[in-house]
Amino acid sequence: MPVKDGNSLYAGLTDILGQEFVSKEPEELYIYSRDSSANPPRPVDYVVMPSSVEEVQAIVKLASSKGIPLIPMGAALNLEGLTLPLKGGIVVDMRRMDKIIEVSEMDRYALVEAGVSQGKLISYLEEKYPMLQHSVPDAPPSATVAGSCLICGYGHLSTNYGTHAEMVNGLEVVLPTGEILRTGSAMLSTSLWFGRGSLPDLTGLFLGWLGTTGIVTKLSIRLYPRPPIRDMVIYMMQDSSIVPDVVYRITHTEVAEDVSIVGQERPEWMKGYQIIAAYVSAHTEKELDLKKSYLKRISKEEFKSKVSFMEEAPGELKEQFMELPFFATKVADWKKGGGFEYVGAIMPIDTLPEAWEKGIDIAHRFDMLYSYAIRVVEGGHHVLFTYSYPFNRADEVSMHNALSALKETQKLSLALGAIPWKPEVDGQKEIIKKMDKGTFKLMQRIRKLLDPGGIMNPGNWEVD
Amino acid sequence: MALDDFKDVIHRCFRCGYCKFTSNYTDFNCPPYNKFRLETFSPGGRMWLIRAMMLKDIEPSQHLADILYSCTMCANCVEECRFKFHDDIVDIIMEGKASLVESGMVPPTARDFFKNIYLSGNPWKEPQQKRGDWARHYGIPVYKPGDEYLYYVGCIGSYDQRVQKMAGAFGQLLLRAGLSFGILGEDEYCDGNEVLMMGEQGLFEYLAQKNIELFKERRVNKIVTLSPHAYNVMRNKYPRLGGDFEVVHYTELLKELISSGRLKVPGGRKIKVTYHDPCFLGRWNSIYDEPREVLESVDGVELVEMRRNRENAFCCGGGGGNFYTDIIGGGESSPSRIRVREAADTGADIIAVACPTCMTMIEDGLKGEDLDEKIMCNDISEIVLDAITSAEEG
Ligand SMILES: Cc1cc2nc3c(=O)[nH]c(=O)nc-3n(C[C@H](O)[C@H](O)[C@H](O)COP(=O)(O)OP(=O)(O)OC[C@H]3O[C@@H](n4cnc5c(N)ncnc54)[C@H](O)[C@@H]3O)c2cc1C
Ligand code: SF4
Ligand code: SF4
Repeated sequence: MPVKDGNSLYAGLTDILGQEFVSKEPEELYIYSRDSSANPPRPVDYVVMPSSVEEVQAIVKLASSKGIPLIPMGAALNLEGLTLPLKGGIVVDMRRMDKIIEVSEMDRYALVEAGVSQGKLISYLEEKYPMLQHSVPDAPPSATVAGSCLICGYGHLSTNYGTHAEMVNGLEVVLPTGEILRTGSAMLSTSLWFGRGSLPDLTGLFLGWLGTTGIVTKLSIRLYPRPPIRDMVIYMMQDSSIVPDVVYRITHTEVAEDVSIVGQERPEWMKGYQIIAAYVSAHTEKELDLKKSYLKRISKEEFKSKVSFMEEAPGELKEQFMELPFFATKVADWKKGGGFEYVGAIMPIDTLPEAWEKGIDIAHRFDMLYSYAIRVVEGGHHVLFTYSYPFNRADEVSMHNALSALKETQKLSLALGAIPWKPEVDGQKEIIKKMDKGTFKLMQRIRKLLDPGGIMNPGNWEVD
Repeated sequence: MALDDFKDVIHRCFRCGYCKFTSNYTDFNCPPYNKFRLETFSPGGRMWLIRAMMLKDIEPSQHLADILYSCTMCANCVEECRFKFHDDIVDIIMEGKASLVESGMVPPTARDFFKNIYLSGNPWKEPQQKRGDWARHYGIPVYKPGDEYLYYVGCIGSYDQRVQKMAGAFGQLLLRAGLSFGILGEDEYCDGNEVLMMGEQGLFEYLAQKNIELFKERRVNKIVTLSPHAYNVMRNKYPRLGGDFEVVHYTELLKELISSGRLKVPGGRKIKVTYHDPCFLGRWNSIYDEPREVLESVDGVELVEMRRNRENAFCCGGGGGNFYTDIIGGGESSPSRIRVREAADTGADIIAVACPTCMTMIEDGLKGEDLDEKIMCNDISEIVLDAITSAEEG
């Protein structure tokens, strides 16, 4: 859908940002109309890069006056095409807003602008606040902290503390009308970012909405203690049906800070195994030994020969497992083709064995190797099960197979009663079909109220 | 090589962005991405655009030329990309530029650069017969067959007044060490590294062959280069064209002369020095220790590291011809200004360089930041020579 009145819109945008940070050149339109996923390109009209909340406000007001869609973007690494415009418009690349505004050591939070990358926050905390850490997703370090929170992502502290959405203390948002809103404790003062508080929880109006309710400009996220010692133990088994019980026992000890389950067909020795990595952190070697001893007891006492326990993972494997962020990106080169995409399914843990076995069928049906990464969330209340499908960007058959497998897996996860995580547009429609009608109506009414002109990432969370 | 040779590789870039960072993610370390911030200016953006050009999804354009020519060929992406094809990234960018050369779509400043080198043998149309004039002042001899080393000075060292002093300092050290060496003077020609990095492969081959023939004619065996750029091309690219010489960078030779005792370095004044790694010495050729060892051999020098150093060093912004084309220069976010701010943070009195391009860029950065009165930019030879002469003067 070509933008009407293009010249005056372009002039208006360059008035706000200067020419350097507004583009309608074919090169930028090409790159921003594609992401690393297998999704088809979707035309972009303009790309802008604001550097302040005032600039974001001015862009929103201009777009609203002209009825032009706005698509907020972090690093576009969601792998679901969520920053590709469904109805054309202006992609708002937030990454010039990359200041770490404040870290409160005492109240354990960081207030950051929406374009701050995971990498920047990791290195900043390491250097200035080595006693603190934030929950790091397995995404590349160029992904934004905001992107992960807004899609309710998961990281290495999610086993203990929940999703990244739950770690948000508060947000500053430019609403689709250009007004500014603050949520959480910041509702009372622009300098209060310590918690979500007990006021009406407006933060949820922007979490999981996929950029359809406003542009987040700042966020306060929780930080957690970072004990100096971090280590891991590994459990291996060849029977997916016992995984929920093993995980239940591990989480019941309350000593593991992160529990992940991995399954893949390459390298060959991993085929057929479920590998559970339980991470432990401690302040002293004595504390570490004690925690590990709890974890060791599990396999011995209850599962005997069915589960083998490795107190020390072999060198290279351990190095890979301990890296933060975990180098999940490596899957992108499995087909020597620069691509992979995954279905994330949020499910109760007892669904895992069925999800595991049926996923293998799907992968093999589409000529692929299965590859799973599963994270146990919030003490074991549920798991995030990800099915990864690598593909070769230069091979249409491979792309087609990946897309077909993704669709089948979406269907499978809905059938299993799972919630598809950060779903792409077709997945959103499938979810809406299953959703309680009244709830969906309320979602629409909220959107209409916040965004009367319908300019925020239109096409998402819609029926047609 | 041609772009087509990379057709099985180019689509393997996932656009994950590891290559934008230092190894510990403290900063964006790709100079043009750091400045322009649009994804197109990142290494992955370039990979995807070059592929799009191969697939004819986009046409060569001036904007595409700016995107590709703003790449300083600093090789941070090669260092940080986590995939096996990482070594190919700069070659792919080079081939992307070569495609633009073929389609006549290079930035006007790059076109002037090529033309001037073709016609005059240097980027500034300076007279060839004046190329060796600087050396007379220092009594540096012309190379004659039988000399141990050919001292290859390069365009910047020959014509830039500030860098002539750097070239002179190294020459004086060689004289003091009693080495037999000489320069080519008015017979010296551009080494071609930047021309190659900018995709003018025909011109590069012409220059390289001309140099190789001349070196052979003069019976050259060993070459010591002032510039890491010349070092890179002569060591890594000339052999393919039949030019197999023993090539060393001047910091390597200095290290050897000092450790063998041929060059005695007495203690100088107390100075705090921070060393800026040149990309073509560091990331391209893994020479990190020798320059530091030379500096540390000077009594009185306290060597302090910048936040980004060695494999993580931030490029001065001059590579890939950018010292001439100036696509990323200007303003507070120009790489050279960022780098001198980082140097200033160390509290150093001197930024030590080991490359003529870096010297001109860092000098500009100091002026831009108004720091030229507070911090000096010196080349390693100048620091060593200063220590020797000030000891002699008592
Ligand atoms: C290899 C790999 C591994 C991954 N592993 C994980 C993982 O372990 N855990 C995890 O959670 N995720 C993971 N991801 C998914 C994803 O990369 C991350 O969640 C990432 O944090 C998304 O951030 P982004 O900056 O790329 O956001 P984007 O993709 O740019 O945006 C995501 C969504 O948020 C919206 N949005 C972005 N910024 C704003 C804003 N300022 N205001 C309003 N809306 C906004 C966008 O419109 C879009 O709908 C992985 C991805 C890859 C490629
Ligand atoms: S060049 Fe390598 S690190 Fe950079 S985006 Fe491409 S795959 Fe990722
Ligand atoms: S060589 Fe340097 S400037 Fe060029 S893309 Fe790689 S990191 Fe960026």
